[in-house]
Amino acid sequence: MRLNYPANLRIIKVPCSGRVASIHLLKSLEEGADGVLVAGCLEGDCHYQSGNLRAKKRVAYVRRILEDIGIEPDRVVMYNLSAGMGPRFAEIAREMTEKIRELGPVPRAGASAGRPAERVPAGSHNVEEVAA
Amino acid sequence: MIKAKPKPIGEIINDIKGFEKVLIAGCNGCVTVCEAGGVKEVEILAAALRMYFTKEGMRKEIDETSLTRQCDKEYLQELQDRMDGYDAVVSLACGVGVQFLAEMYTAKPVFPGVDTCFMGVTEEQGHWTERCQGCGQCILSTTGGICPIARCAKRMLNGPCGGSENGKCEISILVGRDVPCGWHLIFERLKTLGQLDRFRYPSDDKDWTLSRDGGPREIIKEDSRQ
Amino acid sequence: MNTTTPSKLEKILAAGHYAVTSECGPPRDGRSNIVEHKAGMIKDHVDAINVTDNQTAVVRQCSLAACIKLRLLGLEPVLQMVTRDRNRIALQSDLLGATSFGIHNVLCLTGDHQRFGDHPSSANVFDMDSTRLIQTVKLMRDDGMLLSGFEMKEGRPEMFIGAAENPFADPFEIRVFRLAKKVAAGAQFIQTQCIYNMAKFKLWMQGVCDMGLHEQVAVLAGLTPMKNVGMAKYMKNRVPGIDVPDEIIKRLAGVPKEKQAEEGIQICLEQIEELKQVQGVRGFHIMAIEWEEKVPEIVERAGLFPRPSVN
Repeated sequence: MRLNYPANLRIIKVPCSGRVASIHLLKSLEEGADGVLVAGCLEGDCHYQSGNLRAKKRVAYVRRILEDIGIEPDRVVMYNLSAGMGPRFAEIAREMTEKIRELGPVPRAGASAGRPAERVPAGSHNVEEVAA
Repeated sequence: MIKAKPKPIGEIINDIKGFEKVLIAGCNGCVTVCEAGGVKEVEILAAALRMYFTKEGMRKEIDETSLTRQCDKEYLQELQDRMDGYDAVVSLACGVGVQFLAEMYTAKPVFPGVDTCFMGVTEEQGHWTERCQGCGQCILSTTGGICPIARCAKRMLNGPCGGSENGKCEISILVGRDVPCGWHLIFERLKTLGQLDRFRYPSDDKDWTLSRDGGPREIIKEDSRQ
Repeated sequence: MNTTTPSKLEKILAAGHYAVTSECGPPRDGRSNIVEHKAGMIKDHVDAINVTDNQTAVVRQCSLAACIKLRLLGLEPVLQMVTRDRNRIALQSDLLGATSFGIHNVLCLTGDHQRFGDHPSSANVFDMDSTRLIQTVKLMRDDGMLLSGFEMKEGRPEMFIGAAENPFADPFEIRVFRLAKKVAAGAQFIQTQCIYNMAKFKLWMQGVCDMGLHEQVAVLAGLTPMKNVGMAKYMKNRVPGIDVPDEIIKRLAGVPKEKQAEEGIQICLEQIEELKQVQGVRGFHIMAIEWEEKVPEIVERAGLFPRPSVN
């Protein structure tokens, strides 16, 4: 559809959001992403019955872990949409990027959570998206 | 099998914060089945710990491994060559494995990564319930295959008590979930088996010497010993 | 009917009278006058006074101490013993202590789970259950032996053995069997859980009589007068094992607040009259929790006063 979405998004395609394991979400953040977005099909429309419900639970689980270690849970989010919802996808991508920009990069090397966005050069925020 | 659940990560962080090189050691036995301490859980814990300590600006080397079991020396021995490289170990095995690992590597602090809970079954994935208390003298033949020591909150031998209501244990209203009344289950089973006359007479006494109350226990099978 | 002990309660039942018992809950502190005060309110209107044992797993003065106090005042206590908090060593020990003070009645109970009480994190004991405790008392009394086999040449307990039964708990099918088991173990009198569902109680009593148990054990019907509709609702919803039919709640709700207490007593009196017609009912156990002052009135209005005397 040639809609615009932010360039800092890295898309990883999987056959079903249920393929995404909790460790993928954590490792993404550990290895440089500042946020992870899981895009799954609308609830009730999963081609594999309930893969998107599993993904939902895993996202919730990882969010709890992030909270326990003092990293903002909002860095890992699940959205539901169908393959035909191009504009919605772009909208989600923009929303997520905005949010991550506000949160700043994942705290590393002595920084505590919540550094203001201005102090980091533009373009260095990385949001990985895992799309079904 | 033995069922356990992961410890709150805050406890583990507290235990290892004074150590630089830490090994997270999982177990492919019981704790894998109940998704508390297997390879997957080791990976998740290690990643979370690394992220935490990186955030805090604390240098740590957190490595991952998992053993076939931690309750047999031959598997624990596999760690021999690596142990010098670590200051501490977090074992995600059940309490049995944590101790056995610590017994073999006495010079290393070994911390538990799971809370070991009970001997039980998988009702369905993600849901495990208690079945056995290890009382040392199984009476399942008299109760239709359902254990009153493990499944009755008062471990009655002549149950049910007066608080059994609609097949639920009286503690259900306190714990916020339905706990089946063990004796109700026994009653239904004995009815199916045509053994209801077992209810008419008082049961035999229980010798608690054979259970935890008698002190730490052992089993010896002479013909198997070297 | 012969008696097996010097128990006044046993003698009254043996003589063919209806027995009337009630209970005292000891205080949650060490004051020495509370039990005496509560007992004083009811002593002329009952044949024996139960002292509860850390009821609902809430720490109170121990039943044994309070029973001793009542005994020293010349009254007839029923020592309630739960197996939740004491193992066989402590239970037998307490029974011997009770014996040394001439206490002749014991009610053997398993006890509410400790999670209900004020110390939910405590370990529980449950070395034995109520049936096993009944057997233990019988062994000590009739064979003069402790569970270990140790023989007491003198100082054997002379205790009238009681147990509780709840006709309203599930599964209903075995509630008569359970009584049979306790009788086989040695129970001589039963105090039931408080009754509101008369139909169910009568059904249970029918089963009891069909098995001939009413000739081996004296059933004392448990009664607790409702103070108000709030209490009725609480007991219906929050206390396990109590069956409060909706009619009772409706009846209490149907009168103005200030009249509900009298309505509750009226219901209780009607129940007593109805129970007098039920075969196998040999007495009444009136549990007027924190309302002990009403017991004399109930006993009098039920036509059960004065209490018979026995030597």
